[in-house]
Amino acid sequence: MPAPTTDAAPLSVAITANEDVVLVRQRARELSQRIGLSLLDTTKLVTAASELARNALEHGGGGYAELELIHDGRRAGVRMTFVDQGPGIADIEQALRDGYTTGGGLGLGLGGSRRLVNEFAIASTPGVGTRITVTRWK
Amino acid sequence: MATLTDRLLAVLQQSQVQLLADWLKAMRASLGKTAGAISEAELQGQCQEFIQLLGAAIAAGSLADVADDHWRPMREFLTGISRSRGRQGFSPTETATFVLSFREPIATHLRRAEGAASDQLLDDLAIINKLLDKLGLFTTEIHQQTREELIRRQGDEMLELSTPVIQLWDGILALPIIGTLDSERTQGVMEALLQQIVATRSPIAILDITGVPTVDTLTAQHLLKTVAATRLMGAECIISGIRPQIAQTIVHLGVNLGDVVTKASLADAFKLALKKLGKSISVA
Amino acid sequence: MDRIPILRMGNVLLVTIQVDMHDQLAVRLHDDLTNMITRTKARGVVIDISALDMVDSFIGRMIADVASTTRILDAKAVVVGMQPAVAITLVELGMSLPGVLTALDAEAGMELLRAGADD
Repeated sequence: MPAPTTDAAPLSVAITANEDVVLVRQRARELSQRIGLSLLDTTKLVTAASELARNALEHGGGGYAELELIHDGRRAGVRMTFVDQGPGIADIEQALRDGYTTGGGLGLGLGGSRRLVNEFAIASTPGVGTRITVTRWK
Repeated sequence: MATLTDRLLAVLQQSQVQLLADWLKAMRASLGKTAGAISEAELQGQCQEFIQLLGAAIAAGSLADVADDHWRPMREFLTGISRSRGRQGFSPTETATFVLSFREPIATHLRRAEGAASDQLLDDLAIINKLLDKLGLFTTEIHQQTREELIRRQGDEMLELSTPVIQLWDGILALPIIGTLDSERTQGVMEALLQQIVATRSPIAILDITGVPTVDTLTAQHLLKTVAATRLMGAECIISGIRPQIAQTIVHLGVNLGDVVTKASLADAFKLALKKLGKSISVA
Repeated sequence: MDRIPILRMGNVLLVTIQVDMHDQLAVRLHDDLTNMITRTKARGVVIDISALDMVDSFIGRMIADVASTTRILDAKAVVVGMQPAVAITLVELGMSLPGVLTALDAEAGMELLRAGADD
């Protein structure tokens, strides 16, 4: 199976303030529309983008997001990578298990975001930073 | 000494017409009757494009790796071919024949250019055959996917027929679910129901599971998700058709139905729905 | 400073969220609503999100918090018009907002508040 290729240069969005989270959502929406993702899939992707961008800002102390269109030979997709140089996540398994409860529980929303995308990869080192890459295929 | 790439490009350029003719002959021989499904002109066009793309790809990229960017135009072209073959009902072998029947003609022409039976030729043919094999396998993969997509789409269409959203009354929708609820199906069913709720502005949706044979944890979760999403939108779900065995299963599974209203029959659910809307049926 | 306008209709407050909110704007809305409920002695709040094509966990929690705060102030909040795709996604995220009243649209929301007011 051929490795995914990128159609164009990835969009990079710095995440240093609240408004940047909105910007990331907008970029994610633009890319989804470019490949004609369904409304539901677009909503899921944009929501995941919002969660992960916010995480990078709040938990990671700021960072950046890279969004790009990819193609694996038979279908198109949107890939987003979120990078921060924050405290990192000590127990990734735990973080993935924590979901949000309506009572406003703590938790990084990672588990929830994972359910919204097709592929989810996370690398985090305490004291160094976190890198999360997610993909939504058409 | 010219590389294999150079020699190949030379053959493709100089002997194109004869190469094309030989290839078409070989393909027709392999396909037999099936060849009739594609017009001569169309087939010729496809072969010409293949040769063109092959030349471009080997000039720019490697002869060993067909997965890189240089081979993308070729992969996209072959994807198109395989898809259409798949849709036309060709078998995987017949689809792969498009590429594989090219081996003999290219070998013949290369031999003519290089001189028969040299070690160089044997090495060259090994490399070319491997390349064509990869491309041939690629077409069978795509063919497979296309068939699967077709089957799935037909399945979806049957699904839509088996899960219609019915407007029982002004403000009351019913969704009789028949068969098992797997993840993908539930998604589609949920979407259809929610969209109908918005379109008809119906505050009540009855999910009838009389036709659902068993309820496992996953099915129960899907039902609960549907109920939750409906509520978020401002409508309400009533689940009807819960047989005694299903009720037991749900309890055993430890699934918490919470505040979800359940009724044994669709009729009971309908009566309840009317009551909630402040309506009732009276005999004239 | 940008804020989301809150309309007053009798003793009900109506908020129509039409912008892509950043977190601070959401927090500000919560604060403004709380102040206004107290100031106007409103009995109900209708939050119209029919124009929102995305609700993430932060906004979801804000909505739940507004509902709680409203209750403490002896009033009722109803969230109306959530889009199907948004509802499905929220549930997938794990948020079902159990403490929040919902209705199909603003009209149904007002009706719900009126009916509840007779309690």
